[in-house]
Amino acid sequence: MYAQMVKTGVDKLQSLDEMSARERAFQERIDADKRIEPKDWMPDSYRKTLIRQISQHAHSEIVGMLPEGNWITRAPTLKRKAILMAKVQDEGGHGLYLYSAAETLGITRDQMFEALHSGRAKYSSIFNYPALTWADIGTIGWLVDGAAIMNQVPLQRCSYGPYARAMVRVCKEESFHQRQGYDSLLALSRGTDEQKRMAQDALNRWWWPSLMMFGPPDGESVHSAQSMRWKIKLFSNDELRQRFIDLSVPQAEVLGLKIPDKDLKWNDERGHYDFGEIDWSELYEVVKGNGPCNRERLSERIRAWNEGSWVRDAALAHAEKNIHRASANN
Amino acid sequence: MELDKKLNQPLAEYLKHLGDNTLILAQRLSEWCGHGPVLEEDLAITNVALDLIGQTRLWLGLAADIDDTGGDADSLAYQRDVLDFRNALLVELPNGDFATTAARQFLFDHWQLLALAELSRSSLQPLADIAAKSHKEVRYHTDRSDQWVRILGDGTPVSRERFETALNALWSYTGELFEVKQGDQALIDAGIITDMSLLHRQWRDDITSVLDQASLATPPDEYMQRGGRDGMHSEHLGYLLAEMQFLQRAYPGAEW
Ligand SMILES: [Fe+2]
Ligand SMILES: [Fe+2]
Repeated sequence: MYAQMVKTGVDKLQSLDEMSARERAFQERIDADKRIEPKDWMPDSYRKTLIRQISQHAHSEIVGMLPEGNWITRAPTLKRKAILMAKVQDEGGHGLYLYSAAETLGITRDQMFEALHSGRAKYSSIFNYPALTWADIGTIGWLVDGAAIMNQVPLQRCSYGPYARAMVRVCKEESFHQRQGYDSLLALSRGTDEQKRMAQDALNRWWWPSLMMFGPPDGESVHSAQSMRWKIKLFSNDELRQRFIDLSVPQAEVLGLKIPDKDLKWNDERGHYDFGEIDWSELYEVVKGNGPCNRERLSERIRAWNEGSWVRDAALAHAEKNIHRASANN
Repeated sequence: MELDKKLNQPLAEYLKHLGDNTLILAQRLSEWCGHGPVLEEDLAITNVALDLIGQTRLWLGLAADIDDTGGDADSLAYQRDVLDFRNALLVELPNGDFATTAARQFLFDHWQLLALAELSRSSLQPLADIAAKSHKEVRYHTDRSDQWVRILGDGTPVSRERFETALNALWSYTGELFEVKQGDQALIDAGIITDMSLLHRQWRDDITSVLDQASLATPPDEYMQRGGRDGMHSEHLGYLLAEMQFLQRAYPGAEW
């Protein structure tokens, strides 16, 4: 998922009795599966949490363009190049829909960028890992887009209308990405020994970070509980992670690749795969800024933004002059 | 129509010129992906690059058919060395700042638009079909480029100065687009391609009318750089190919 550990600003769940009349009416609408729309009244904490979650999601889409974008110029065939370009372009489009959805909550895109560039806003930890070989591109499509789908399909039913609708468009494209990524890995897995090695190596490096995308176990987290009550989170991190693993294991088998987890095995009783311990300290370090690519990704975004400032100024000045010219002619 | 065998070689060369132009420019444009000045522009640049890659597959695919050496569009893109590339020098130049990229695109789009309109009337149907299909896409690219000329020329003193500098620096690379090579004449006589030199004036008029809207001057035609179609490239192309062809070179014969 592209939003991890989103804080709600709430330190304890309120019962319906403790709520004001407006808050209660709001919660009852959500409980009745009615959508909240931008003009509706909403608690401040709901608004702020959604801004945090949607903008984090949007930032993930655009920072995620970087590791894959790096490989467009090196894609091995014209067809793969075109597919990758279209994919990275889709991700930028997802960023656009999501920024627009967040803007309905009373924040501007520039403010969100400012929060990203200053380090206040986060993006998914997964994009702080390097894309070392061509096999990483297929693996990102298969696992990272796959994990994103796991989380985003339920969000199509989330309580906030603009977010839910953005997810409908995003999900269609994400499943394309996942299939294309898998297809590109399939070509490698049927290829030369060198290509197989590349594919296995990519899986070794991306597997655990992909599992971390779902976030740490929710446990007693009041934020998760609040987000679930607001229906902006529909399943626990562990439920989604388990689903993802159950789906991915047979897919890896078809590829002839070995998932790098010696404790991974089918548990008949649970009807799920058991899996090994996740090293959460790694996730916390990456979120803190110590992942292998945190500094590069952020500085690349900041550099592009700063270098583009004269272009944005020109576009603004031209638009303003046009308005003046039009009114002078009237 | 049945193609005169003598025309095969010059025709394949010409198709490589068209396909290498779009390939190398797409490669340059895709370096912008994720780094555009605004998100919308990032997507628009990638969109143009994507169209150009699509056109490349068609042009080089046809070139490979006519070459008849068992290759395909990919082998032409990934396995030729710098001496065999036939693109104009203009498209291989580094992106520079956004003004340089915008000016290069503006100059190229207007050339491509005119060339494709003519080529869509080619006596060789597959060539005419590719040109007609590409022309629709390039119409849109050209509108977008013209819009950037108006924005940058009219926007701020900084944007105007950057654009003027870029335009003047690139101008000497435009003459080459209108050259007629030795092998071209027979193709022109057979109605397969058009005499590009006849389009030069129209191109200059088209460029000038857009520059006028931003009260920018059209640079004078002075010394023109040439050599792209003869494989005499700038030093930049070697680096571009090294990056683009890396996987095919490192793992020869692998399927991707
Ligand atoms: Fe996406
Ligand atoms: Fe995606």
